[in-house]
Amino acid sequence: MNDVTTVISISLLLATVRKAVPLIFASTGGFFSERSGVINIGLEGMMLFGAFSGAIVAFFTHNAWLGVLGAAFIGGLIGSLHAFVTIGLRANQIISGVAINLLGTGATIFLCQVFIHGERSFSLGQGDRLPSLGPFIPLTYIAFILAIGAAIFSYYTVGGLRLRAVGEHPRAADTQGIKVNRIRFMGVVASGICAGLGGAYLPMFSGSFAKNMTAGQGFIALAALIFGKWNPIGALGASLLFGFADALQETLQGRAHLPAQALQVVPYVVTMVALAGVIGRSIPPGAIGKHYEREQPEI
Amino acid sequence: MVSSRKGKSQGEGEIAVRMDAISKRFGEIVANDGINLTVYRGEVHALVGENGAGKTTLMNILYGLVKPDAGTITVDDMRLPVERGFLGTDYGLGMIHQHFMLVKRFTVLENIILGFEPSRGGFLDLRAAVRKVEDIMQRYGIEVPLDRRVEELSVGEEQRVEILKALYRNSRIIIMDEPTAVLTPQEIKKLFETIRMLVDSSHTIIFITHKLEEVMEIADRVTVLRRGRVVRTRRIDEVDPEELAIMMVGKKIEAPRRSKHAVSMESLLSLHDVSLRSSRDIVLLSSIDFEVRKGEIFGICGVEGNGQDELFDVAIGLQKPSSGRILFRGKDITHLSTAKRRALGIAYIPPDRVTMGIVAGMSVKENMLLGRQREPGLSGTFFLKEDAITNLTQRLLKTFGINPPLPDAEIGTLSGGNQQKVIVARELSREPSLLIASQPARGLDIMATRLIHDSLVKHAEAGGGVLLISADLSEIVELSDRIGVMYKGRILSILERKEADEEKLGLLMLGFAQ
Repeated sequence: MNDVTTVISISLLLATVRKAVPLIFASTGGFFSERSGVINIGLEGMMLFGAFSGAIVAFFTHNAWLGVLGAAFIGGLIGSLHAFVTIGLRANQIISGVAINLLGTGATIFLCQVFIHGERSFSLGQGDRLPSLGPFIPLTYIAFILAIGAAIFSYYTVGGLRLRAVGEHPRAADTQGIKVNRIRFMGVVASGICAGLGGAYLPMFSGSFAKNMTAGQGFIALAALIFGKWNPIGALGASLLFGFADALQETLQGRAHLPAQALQVVPYVVTMVALAGVIGRSIPPGAIGKHYEREQPEI
Repeated sequence: MVSSRKGKSQGEGEIAVRMDAISKRFGEIVANDGINLTVYRGEVHALVGENGAGKTTLMNILYGLVKPDAGTITVDDMRLPVERGFLGTDYGLGMIHQHFMLVKRFTVLENIILGFEPSRGGFLDLRAAVRKVEDIMQRYGIEVPLDRRVEELSVGEEQRVEILKALYRNSRIIIMDEPTAVLTPQEIKKLFETIRMLVDSSHTIIFITHKLEEVMEIADRVTVLRRGRVVRTRRIDEVDPEELAIMMVGKKIEAPRRSKHAVSMESLLSLHDVSLRSSRDIVLLSSIDFEVRKGEIFGICGVEGNGQDELFDVAIGLQKPSSGRILFRGKDITHLSTAKRRALGIAYIPPDRVTMGIVAGMSVKENMLLGRQREPGLSGTFFLKEDAITNLTQRLLKTFGINPPLPDAEIGTLSGGNQQKVIVARELSREPSLLIASQPARGLDIMATRLIHDSLVKHAEAGGGVLLISADLSEIVELSDRIGVMYKGRILSILERKEADEEKLGLLMLGFAQ
């Protein structure tokens, strides 16, 4: 009894929120892209670019907010790369995403070694990090506002209706004069910006950048999006669930009589179980993964 | 009632649409070849022709979805910017596509306003939208529940949403691409009432179809297309259906042949109290009881989605019935696999040729082999007998007049009619005793339909049996010896052909038992 109360505590709940923040950013990003019809398996790479660019800008400028801005910009840039390749050049969306993930791993390590003299990680000084605002750093609040804002955008605005329409039935949208590929492009860029912000949270919170510090969180965010039925509020809830699993395993480290590695597996197992339980009930956008081209020989 | 309206619109007054010398090719295929079309304001103008005649392409060009290689378009005396590209909605044109352009997961209201959303500062103004749409519904007597999702609607309701979409955009000219293809006779009647109402309020309707009786009933003028060219445009009171049919196919076609032949009392296939429940315990088939006899075509009609697909699955062994027995020539086949049933002499034409009938990415030859890959004449111990397969294919391509007659062509590049002929050729060449044919002529033109109907009749006359499942009533009435009407998973009634007419069957299809 006593054990349970010490485990389930305020600090665990705070840790849950902190762990969830990058997932909330990235899954909201996934929402913008996938609801427009473009699969974004490259969230992981976009986050990693965001983490590195956020940290490196803050490191050199000693301005954390400039770092955040840099992460958003680079995230958006990588997003527009994915958009150009998949929409402009009509390449396979999965392959482009995988390429972005590989690029993210390699490029961030390379650039880190270039800027930080052969090192693959570096720490941020106190002045280079975001100050706390209450129990959290400001990015935490921004994550929640972003997810809720995305939900409002999606269901109550003209832009949201059109975004969902081009992801469900692009030809129907096109026959009503909606520019399908333009909206998709914007969706994918927005996706990159969100993922970049999610990445920036990692060094801002931990105080350092390390190679591959996203450790699969982009994929977990994708899982959260699916678990949340491609809906920003659902994805927010799923991110909190996965965040809780992560926070729980950290709290249990050293308390439970289990090897640390076994506990570290917990969030990933929760992700898989959650997905297995929801498969079939979560219906993807109708036109996801499909290129759109107007003129087909249809006689 | 029809004639009174016709009298009114006979003055060929103002021109609503004028298309001049429209040409369009897709690669090798010439879809439109110098087409001229004039449509007068306030008329119903039927556009008829076989599959591949270029009707849909011409209308897609008019609506701005396809850019023509040459030609000009004038709508209400305004020259459309054809070279630059345009969209019909900007010029008072609405188009109801054959495959509805509706987002299934959106509500009716969202679908209607999409692209033309009333808004305040970027936010949807749904209240204003509802007001405007309700106003239109009242004016034209079209009722659709606005807050329902489109995926919950019937096909007829979906079509009404499409009509509302066009009216919401203030379209004065409405193009309807084969609007009756998916409707029941009663729904067609309702659609025609709506069309008359629209014409009375000075809308212009362009109506694509290949059903001639509909042309005679609803149109004021008709333009016949054949192979991308205009054959003629005629006033409807100056033509008869036979003349139209000849114009469409370019040669005289005989009335559907159905010679009298002996139906024996010997049962081929019989279903005894067959029921099927889904995994969620929904009743899909309920106490189905009927038999198909030797030399008989037994037709199953009904509005789509009343259990026909499930009946097909159960009959060929794709699904096992929850209860009941299926006998084939007296042998219980209830628990036999599809392959074993085929080996016993059952062949089938599936309802959806693309997903069930062919493998689109493979050659015609390989598709001819499907289900026959173990036949000793066609395959050895390890390897297929290429020459034998090619010979068989060439023979069948010739017998069934399949175009192009190339065994190695990818079947996905053939037209729908030719794909279907490959399936029919494959199934009948196995010389089965029973053929189960579901929607065998769906979406095919007159010539292909005829060939397939002839094949079914020939099969029955040679002493085989046919179970014909179809949503096309005239097909059922023309071919069947006896007709079962399906409604909500049951066979409501089994009629002899002579006691069945389309009106009676139509009522049964909607669940009105006598």
